[in-house]
This record gives sequence, structure tokens and C-alpha cells, in this order.
Amino acid sequence: MIQTIVAKELRALFTSPLAWVILAFLQIILAWIFLTRVDYFLTIQPQLARVPNAPGLSEIVVVPMFGIASIVLLMSVPLLTMRLIAEERRNRTMTMLMSAPVSMTQIVLGKFLATAIFLAIVGGLISLMALSLLMGGKLDYGLLGANLLGLLLLTSSFAAIGLFVSCLTTHPVVAAIGALGAFLVLWLINIAASDPGSPGHLFSLLKHFEGFMNGTIGLSDLIYFAVLGAVFLVLSIRRLDADRLRA
Amino acid sequence: MTNTASSELTVSARALSRSYGSNRAVREVSLQLMRGEVLGLLGPNGAGKTTTMQMLTGNLAPSSGEVDICGIDLIDQPTRAKSRIGYLPEIPPLYRELKVDEYLNLAARLHKVKKNALKKAIERAKSRCGLADMGSRLIGALSKGYQQRVGIAQAIIHEPDVIILDEPTIGLDPNQIREIRILIRDLGRDHSLILSTHILPEVEAVCDRVQILHRGEVVFNDSIAALKQFRGGQTLQLGLRTPPPTEEISRIAGGASVDAVNANLFRVHPSSGADPTEDLVRASVERGWGLFQLQPAQASLEEVFVQLTHREEEEVSA
Repeated sequence: MIQTIVAKELRALFTSPLAWVILAFLQIILAWIFLTRVDYFLTIQPQLARVPNAPGLSEIVVVPMFGIASIVLLMSVPLLTMRLIAEERRNRTMTMLMSAPVSMTQIVLGKFLATAIFLAIVGGLISLMALSLLMGGKLDYGLLGANLLGLLLLTSSFAAIGLFVSCLTTHPVVAAIGALGAFLVLWLINIAASDPGSPGHLFSLLKHFEGFMNGTIGLSDLIYFAVLGAVFLVLSIRRLDADRLRA
Repeated sequence: MTNTASSELTVSARALSRSYGSNRAVREVSLQLMRGEVLGLLGPNGAGKTTTMQMLTGNLAPSSGEVDICGIDLIDQPTRAKSRIGYLPEIPPLYRELKVDEYLNLAARLHKVKKNALKKAIERAKSRCGLADMGSRLIGALSKGYQQRVGIAQAIIHEPDVIILDEPTIGLDPNQIREIRILIRDLGRDHSLILSTHILPEVEAVCDRVQILHRGEVVFNDSIAALKQFRGGQTLQLGLRTPPPTEEISRIAGGASVDAVNANLFRVHPSSGADPTEDLVRASVERGWGLFQLQPAQASLEEVFVQLTHREEEEVSA
């Protein structure tokens, strides 16, 4: 049953121009970053050769690319998630899902997985671009893997939060702005918390994503993203069930 | 239809209420439906028809009351109960970017139609709703009438025990309305069907039983025959070329009250049980009133409401 909803969502995504526009822009921006970084690497390569333990191709080209991708996705995931529930409510198609013998859990998981699959495609495209460096150099696969995993976890959290915000409203635009606001708060929370021991760092997306960018996969970071995603998925299910169940 | 089938209870709703803040949209509505029965939910706009249907289909939680579908509690076991319902909301839930076949395929999968039966189910639903040649058309490009048919097709694709249609003929042209009514009659033979409308003749055309809602309450719950009788109310419309004073008509009609519609047309409301038709015809021939029209005046929906709500008030004050 979940596959039916995943298939439906992916079809809806790819029959609308939105998904293609996002993929195209992301690719253009990242290709540009990629080329400037490669260019930069080539200019500083003679100096690097003299430095012991110098940063390699992966550190100079791949890591910044994932950093930029995370920010571009922070801004574009709200556009993907706004449609999930809010648009179905607005077009009155939500009734079809609510009347079908499908549980709210299946609806929420189906929609979440479809968005996660789309984001995995994005991650795959970025990784392909990084792998193209193999034509003229060597790559640190561990670093690339950590970055990819971090990006997938980060964007899945975005998807779960965006899905929840979409459950709260019937206006897709409100859902998009609400999700973007929530992401920015979670992204920037560590700037507000100036004290290094402040609990604000515990909730900062940036802080937890940084670990993956440096190539370290920390258990606390894994748990953070898993809990964040799970909490918002459960909240979404509960929000949808509230329409059906007695208050 | 066998007796066992007709006595099978498919929908049972007990004392459904729903409030929106302080506004009580539906109050204590109870409803029972047998297999093979077509129930009409009738009422003006805002009477609570749609709210009632949303509660019956599990789209909206009742503030109080219970719903059983084929003996399965809708709130405790929603997926099991919902698999027995087909629902067409007021605005058909159509994905405009899909083709008719793709959409019906999705509807069938959501309703757990088995893979090997998918194709057949889609073909059958399409042929029943007159969509046989429309399979590859984009839903967004279809006319309102065809979109409505696609909406009905998605509601019947999984052969549900209970079909609930919210204003199925709205926005259709007279020919399409006729086709949809035939389809509803046809479906009503082996499914239970609830349809809502604010058009009185529609209910009379297709329903076995009717419940009239007014301000969220059931004000009438009986067979169509009873509604017809009630609606007729034995009021007669009388047209006379050379009419006598209204008092004389009233006397001949056994003391009935008489309203003059215009100089030649009268409405005669006999006291209950009396039928003054023959007396009026005889008198008009004998006395040369020039009778040119005599017909039972059928009350409009508004008049039925006035009568029903009026009657309730009388009962309360009595």
C-alpha cells in the first residue's frame, strides 16, 4: 500500500515541472561551484605539493560542493514538501486518500519516502559529479561517503519537518514559508548560542551536519537526525489522525 | 434480491453530532441502510448533508455518536470499514494531471483491488459510467460532466458494499442527469447507496427512502411514497374561467381553506383525509364555473420544509 502512495507521489512530482526545475537549477549551481573549485585546485596545486599532509582533491572540491548543496536544498525542499498535504487539501484530493482503506501512517510514510527518494536522486547526481574527478585524480571515498550520508540525513530531516508543516495548513505557500522558517531556525540556532557549552548546539542542524562534512560519522549525529525525522513523522501522523478521531 | 440480502444492515449511524465551535452543524442524526436500498439525504444548502456524509465515510470525526459499516466500527477499525465504502465528495477528488486510466488505476490500488483484477475493474467502472472511450484523456481537460463521471467511477471501482455520493448530478446537463440517475438506480440494486441532493424530484426519481435534514436535524425519515403523499398534501390547484366567490368553493370542498393565486386560479387545501376533487368537478359543471384546470399542486422543497418544521413546532407546543 505504501508503494502505491510512493509511486503516486513520484509520478506527481515528475509530471509537474517543479521537480525538473529544481534538479536543473541545482545541477547548474553545483556544476559552477564544481568548476570554480577545480580551477582553484589547479592554481594552488604547485604550492600544495610542497606542504606535507596537504588537503587533497576531495577536501578542496567535494566538501564545498556538498556544503553548497545543503544550503540550496534547504531552500528548495520547502517547495517539494509544501505540496504533500496542503495541496491535496486545497485540490480536495485528500478526501480520496482519507476515504480509502489506507492508514494515516501509510499516507505519511508514503509521502515522506517519495520525497526522500527524490532527494536521494539529487544526492546521487552530486556524487556522480564528484566521481567524475576520478578521470584525473584520486578521491577520498570515505570522505565522499560521509558527505553523501550527511546530506541524505539532513535533507530527510528537512522532508519530515516540511511534511509536518504541510499537514498544518491548506495553503501550499504558507507551508513552504513555514518550513523554510523552521529550517533556518534549526540551521542558525548555534549562532544565537554563543556559549560553546550552550544546549542550543544540541539542536543545531549545521553543527550536526559539520561532523559529516569533516568525514566523521558520529553516533550522536546519527541519533540526532533519526530522532528529528521520527518526531516530525509521528507528529504528522497524529495531525492527520486528529481530523478522523474524536477530540 | 433475496430476503436475506435485503435484510442485511450495511450502514448504521447512531446519534451522530458534529459541532464547529459553538455552531452545531449536525445534531443527533441517526441513519440505517439495508443492502439494495437507495437512501436520499435531502436538504437545503447548509443543512448538514455534507458533514453527515463526511462522518459516514471516516473523513470527519463525529463529536458524538457511532458509525458501523457492515458491522465494523468506523473509528476503531477505519481501514477495514473504509474498504467497504465508495465515496464521491461534493467536489470530485480528481488529480487533474493524470489520465482517466491512470487515475482509476490509482483509485483501484488504493482500494486494494487485486493486481490480476485491476484491468477488469477499471474496464467495468468505465463502461458503467460511460467513460469507455475516455481512458487516455487527461482528467484536467475533461468537461465537468465527464469529470463527475470519473468521480463516480472511482467510488465504485472496488465494488463497495456502500456507495455514498454527495450531490452526484450537480453541474450536469439534463441528458447527463438522466444517465447518472439510471446508473444510480442500477447500482442501487446490489449495493447500498446514499446520495445527497437539494433537488426534490431527483430523490423521487431514484430513492427508496428519504431523510430530510434541516438545520442539522432529521425532520423527515420515511419512504418515497410517504414523501409523495406528504408533499402532495392533497392540495389542489383549481382553474376557473368564471369563478364564484372563494367562500362558495370552500363550502363545496367541505370547509377547505382556499387561496386565490390570481383571478382564475385557486389553491384548495382540504382538511386532512378529505378528497373534494369529485365534488369540485361536479359543482363546476353544474354551475358553469368554466373549469379548465384541476391538478394536485405539488409542494416545492421549501414548502415541504415549512410544513415539516411547522409541524414540529406544533407538536412541541401541543
